[in-house]
Amino acid sequence: MKLVELQRKFAADLMRPLGRGDAISPKTKARYIKPNTRLSAAERLEIYSRSYWYRLIDSMYEDFPGLRAIVGPRAFDKLVRAYLADCPSRSFTLRDLGSQLESWLGKHKSLPGNKAVVALDMVALEWAHIEAWDGKEEKILGPEDLLELGPNLRIGLQPYVGLLDLKYPVDDLRIRASANQERHEVASNAVTKPKARRTLAAGRLKPQQIFLAVHRMDHSIYYRRLARDEFRILQALREGKTIGRALAKCVKDSSLSPAELSKNLEKWFAAWAELGWLCRV
Amino acid sequence: MPANRFNGFTDYGIGIGLRIPHYDHILERKPVVDWFEIISENYMVDGGRPLMILDQILEQYRVVQHGVSMYFGSAEKLNRDHLRRLKQVVKRTKTPWLSDHLCWGSVDGTYSHDLLPMPYTFEAAKITARKVREARDFLEVPIAVENVSSYAEFHISEMTEWEFLNEVVERADCGILLDVNNIYVSSRNHSFNPYDYLNSVPVERVAQIHIAGHSKFQKYILDTHDHPVIDPVWKLYDHAIQRVGVTATLLEWDDHIPSFDEVHREALKAEKYLTVAV
Repeated sequence: MKLVELQRKFAADLMRPLGRGDAISPKTKARYIKPNTRLSAAERLEIYSRSYWYRLIDSMYEDFPGLRAIVGPRAFDKLVRAYLADCPSRSFTLRDLGSQLESWLGKHKSLPGNKAVVALDMVALEWAHIEAWDGKEEKILGPEDLLELGPNLRIGLQPYVGLLDLKYPVDDLRIRASANQERHEVASNAVTKPKARRTLAAGRLKPQQIFLAVHRMDHSIYYRRLARDEFRILQALREGKTIGRALAKCVKDSSLSPAELSKNLEKWFAAWAELGWLCRV
Repeated sequence: MPANRFNGFTDYGIGIGLRIPHYDHILERKPVVDWFEIISENYMVDGGRPLMILDQILEQYRVVQHGVSMYFGSAEKLNRDHLRRLKQVVKRTKTPWLSDHLCWGSVDGTYSHDLLPMPYTFEAAKITARKVREARDFLEVPIAVENVSSYAEFHISEMTEWEFLNEVVERADCGILLDVNNIYVSSRNHSFNPYDYLNSVPVERVAQIHIAGHSKFQKYILDTHDHPVIDPVWKLYDHAIQRVGVTATLLEWDDHIPSFDEVHREALKAEKYLTVAV
């Protein structure tokens, strides 16, 4: 048997969902593995298979505590196992493991049931949280970048700033769910065992549209609620529109009077500059 | 053998793995530590706190990079994006050598995030050695491969694990990160004499040594890095040092991580063996 064939067989057996009691599927024979006097071939594979599933589930537990609070621990476990079976990791880093969760969950709304909308909002927030944690920081806009100030100027938004239009106010719940939790890191060569974790009860969240910026400051993550107009300008800048076009769209759609809007614009731009959100395009 | 071409001719002492729970202690109290081993993947990011912490550590300490996802033994090609990101960290840390495992972990672009066991075949040795060479040429830093703990063996194997290790390092002309705890764990899981393994290791290629604790189960031993080092592993370490000479040594502690001082104290137990070997 060639190396690649062996590795394909092993990987297929390894990544097959675990059965009752987290035992390896009885269908898995793993005849390419040598048994020893204490363990059958399948039992030897089971050590790896459990470690694989526990490591990935553990990573999802750490990255999505808010989703866990919304759907409950049992449903979360089921949902995560189904997600991982459909979307195994395609990246060398576990950091990217949940990158497909929002689109996957959108196609599997029956799993969170009547909590699908709030669950999707939370997943969007939690993925933005991950991106904000270690996303790239471009050079902050300085006075030298504003020499040609005018309607055709393009200003960028830091890549680590996430902009979200949400149907539920999931930010407060996420803050409670992740209190004192730090991003996980990869350890070296250690087998992963299942971990006991506390789950926060979400209670009932009432729908309320919010606009949110997920960003970092002094290497901590913050959620900043935005006004609708503020969100739209930032979104337009993110899309690469000029200042002139971004503001024109905002003026056209705004419910504020020109005087109020003008006052707010001054305040918003000052805040974005202070937060270091604006960068060169 | 304090320094050789596989560890960049350095003479590092006893290090410990840099772990998140110890960040504050290290940055605030600046304890005296010979060097820190970092997991490269934790810093292969675009920005944010991980890189800020790394830069602060680099201001005070010597750092050596250890990887967990190069997968030299995977049949597929090396991931160029991975290598590019890794090289950025190498430039940042100026690591004198870089290590990763003698294992596989991905196939057809799907990742297991585990260190999976190799079949000990000549084909696998050839593929693995070629990838080690390619990585070294790209990264421009000496590479050492680490023997892993394993829980399975394959029917198609054509040699012992230590013969496979020798075959790979000779073909790749690379160094060895000798993990004596992994030798112990595998010797118990596969019923071989760990001293046979140690005695076959080409001493001139050993760049670094790992020690760690593990967990015993009824039918096998798991490499969990969540306990102190046990006496039989210290004895193996003693034997390794007698053969290899004074070598950069690192204690791994990755789960149920105690205080920094406790981890450091455990690591410094290695001094007893290193002093005798001088």
